[in-house]
Amino acid sequence: MSVTNTMKPSERMKIPRQSSIEQDPVERSRNFREVSLGLDEARAMVESTRCLECKNPVCIEGCPVNIDIRSFIQLVMDRDYAGAVRKIREANYLPAICGRVCPQESQCEAVCTMGKKHPSVAIGKLERFVADYETENNLFTPPVVPERRDEKVAIVGSGPAGLTCAAELAKMGYGVTMFEALHAVGGVLRYGIPEFRLPRTILDQEVERIKALGVEIYTNFLIGRTATIDELFDDWGFSAVFLGTGAGTPTFMGIPGESLSGVYSANEFLTRVNLMKAYKFPDFDTPIKAGRRVAVIGGGNTAMDAVRTSRRLGAEKAYLVYRRSREEMPARVEEVHHAEEEGIEFLLLTNPTRILATDTKWVKGLECQKMELGEPDESGRRRPVPIKGSEFILDVETVIEAIGQKPNPIIQATTPGLDVGKRGTVVTNDALATSREGIFAGGDLARGGATVILAMRDGKVAAQSIHEYISGKPVNKEQVRAEAV
Amino acid sequence: MNYELSRSGGHVHTIIEKEVLSPTITRYVIEAPFVARKRLPGNFVIIRLDETGERIPLTIVDGDKERGTITLIVQAIGKTTRALSLKNVGDTIADVAGPLGNPTPIEYHGAVACIGGGVGTAELFPITQALQKAGNTIYTIIGARSKDLIILEKEMGAISRDLYVTTDDGSYGRKGIVTDQLRDLLTSSAGIGAVYAIGPLPMMKAVSNLTREFGVKTLVSLNAIMVDGTGMCGGCRVTVDGKMKFACVDGPEFDGHSVDFDEIIMRNRTYVDLERVSNERCQSHAALQTEGGSTR
Repeated sequence: MSVTNTMKPSERMKIPRQSSIEQDPVERSRNFREVSLGLDEARAMVESTRCLECKNPVCIEGCPVNIDIRSFIQLVMDRDYAGAVRKIREANYLPAICGRVCPQESQCEAVCTMGKKHPSVAIGKLERFVADYETENNLFTPPVVPERRDEKVAIVGSGPAGLTCAAELAKMGYGVTMFEALHAVGGVLRYGIPEFRLPRTILDQEVERIKALGVEIYTNFLIGRTATIDELFDDWGFSAVFLGTGAGTPTFMGIPGESLSGVYSANEFLTRVNLMKAYKFPDFDTPIKAGRRVAVIGGGNTAMDAVRTSRRLGAEKAYLVYRRSREEMPARVEEVHHAEEEGIEFLLLTNPTRILATDTKWVKGLECQKMELGEPDESGRRRPVPIKGSEFILDVETVIEAIGQKPNPIIQATTPGLDVGKRGTVVTNDALATSREGIFAGGDLARGGATVILAMRDGKVAAQSIHEYISGKPVNKEQVRAEAV
Repeated sequence: MNYELSRSGGHVHTIIEKEVLSPTITRYVIEAPFVARKRLPGNFVIIRLDETGERIPLTIVDGDKERGTITLIVQAIGKTTRALSLKNVGDTIADVAGPLGNPTPIEYHGAVACIGGGVGTAELFPITQALQKAGNTIYTIIGARSKDLIILEKEMGAISRDLYVTTDDGSYGRKGIVTDQLRDLLTSSAGIGAVYAIGPLPMMKAVSNLTREFGVKTLVSLNAIMVDGTGMCGGCRVTVDGKMKFACVDGPEFDGHSVDFDEIIMRNRTYVDLERVSNERCQSHAALQTEGGSTR
C-alpha cells in the first residue's frame, strides 16, 4: 500500500533539492570514470517527498515519451524501487540511459510545479537512481512477450531510435532484426557519448535487455551496401523497415587548414576514443593525437564531450571556441557546468577563421576573430558579427570541429522513391511514415540533429505506426512534417 | 558479453585459405557471405581482428558467391596486417564489414594501361579483369622495389595484351619505375585511352603527372586513413578538384589529375610515430611466439 506523504506542500517546498554525488573535478578530469555518481537511497527518498503530487501532473506532458512521473516518484517514496522502474519502463525501455543523458531541465523538470518558485524535483536523478538500484540488486525481469507474430520488422541502425523501436515491436510480438554498420551496438550512445557520461557497462546491459526480448542483431551490416532496403523486403521477407541511422556525417567549417594533421571532426575524435578506445593505446591498436593544447569549435553537447575528452587525454589547455554567447549555447547546462569545473576555458563570441600550419603540415595555431551580437537571425538568436581588427591567434596543436552532423546519405542514395529533404534528412509525416510504403524513419535521420530522448520518442511512435501498418490500419499519410531547419 | 562479436554480418569470419605470395604479401580467402554476394571491383572491406584491434580498410581482390568467401591480398606492413599474417587457416577475424566504397566505373576506352605498384597490383587485379571483360585491350605495368614484391604477374599477364615489370633495384624486369615504362607506352602506337593506377601515393602522383602531359584520363585509388569507412568520421577527407571529399564514400577512386596528392601524403603520416610503437609491440609478440614454438 502506498505511503501517504503527510507533509503539506509548504513543508515540501522547504526541503532542498538533493544533489548528486560527483567525482572531484580535478581528479575526474584525468579519468574516464563516470562524473556523476547519482543519488544514494537516502537522498532519493528525501527527493521523492518533494514531489507535490499535482492533480494535473504537467511533468508527464513535459516528457517526450510521457513517463508516468508522478506514479513512479510515488513508488520511490514507497521504497518500491523495482516497481518504480517497471512503471518507467512501461513508457521507456531505457531508463538507465535517459536518467543520465536526457536534458530534463528543458523537459519534465522545466514544467515541474515545484520549479515555479523553488528548484524543481530532480526527476532525472530519481529515474537514474531506480534504474541503477534495479541493476545493482539484480531485480530486472524482462517483460512477458506475447506469442510471436509471423511478421518481421527490420530496424536499421542501433542507436536510441532503433533500440527503442526494436524493444517496442518485440514487446508486441513481432520478429525484430536490427542491422548495425559498426562492430558494436548503440550508435551515438556507443561512438559519440563518452564513458564519463554513460558508462559502457550501462549501455551493454541495456543492449542485453533488448536482446532478451528476442531481438536479433547483425553487426558489421551496412544497409545500402551489404544489403539494400529493397532486398530486405524482397529477399529477407521483412514486412516493414524502420530507419534510425542518425546524423553521422560530420560537417566542416570550410576554413583554410582543415586538412592538416591534428584537425579532427568531433565524430572522428570521439569515435577513436569511445568506440575504438584509443585512450588505451597501445593496449588497443587505434591511435589518437590528442594534443597538449586543444581547441574545440562549437557550443553543443558534442563540443562539450569532445573538449572534456581532450582534457582527460592530457590537454593542459583545452579551449571551447564558440561564435555566439553563453545564452545561445545548445549544450545542456549541466554539461557546460561540468566542463567549467574541469578547467575548460570558454572563448565565447569567438569565430575561427583559419588553421595555421607547421612546415610538416601539422596544426600550429588557430586564427580567430572576436564577435559581437547583432540583430536576431532566422533562428531567433542574435547574429554574431565580426569585430574588425580583432583577429588573434590561439596557440594550439589540435583543432576539433564540433559544428554539427548531417545524415549519412548511403540509404537515401540506394533506396529509390525515398524522399529526402534539403539537409539530407528523410522526409516523414506525423506517423513517421516515409514516402515509400512500409518504410518508416525517425531520430536524427528525420530530425537532422536532436536529442537521445526525441530519437527514443520517434522509435516509439514509429513502432506504433508500423504495428498499425502491418495490422492493415491506415497510417496518417497527410501532414508531412515540415523540414526541420 | 558477446554481443559485439555475436553476429558480425550474421557470420563468423573464418580464414579458409592462406597462401604466401612473397615474404611479406599473403593471400587470404575469408568467409564473408554477405560481402561476397554484393562485392564489385573497387569495393573494400573494413576489418578488425579482435576486441583490441583497429579498423583498417582492405580492398577486395576477389569473391565467390557460392562459397560465400572473399579474397584479400595483404602486405604485412603495420600492426594489424602483421598480426593478420600470423593467423592461419581455421582462425577467425572478429569483424568484416562491407562491401564499402563505390565500385570502379568500368567503361570501354579501347586500350587501357593498368599500373600496379607493390601490393596495389592485388587491388588492381579485379578492376583489370572487369576492364578486359568490357572489351578493353589491357597493357599492364607492374612495379615494385624488388623482385620478391612482384605479385600476380601470371594472373595479370593472362588478361593483358602486354605485361611489363619494373623494379627499383633492377632485380627483375626493367630497372626503374613504372612511369619510365608508361612514358614509352603513351608514346607508342598502343593508343592508350585511359590509365588505372593503384599503388603507393608517390607512384600514383607520378603517374598522374605524366598522363596529364598526354591528356589521358587517369583513375587512382586513394588509401586514406579511415576509422569507420562508412562516411562517419571524416578522417579520410581528401581534396579533389579543390573540394573536400571522403575517400570511403565518395571514392576510393578519383580522377588522378584532380587529387591533391601532397596533402594526402602528409595526412597519411599523422600517426607514423604511434604506428611504430604498435609495430614494435607486434614484432616482439611475434618473436615470442616463434621462440616458444607456439603453433596455435
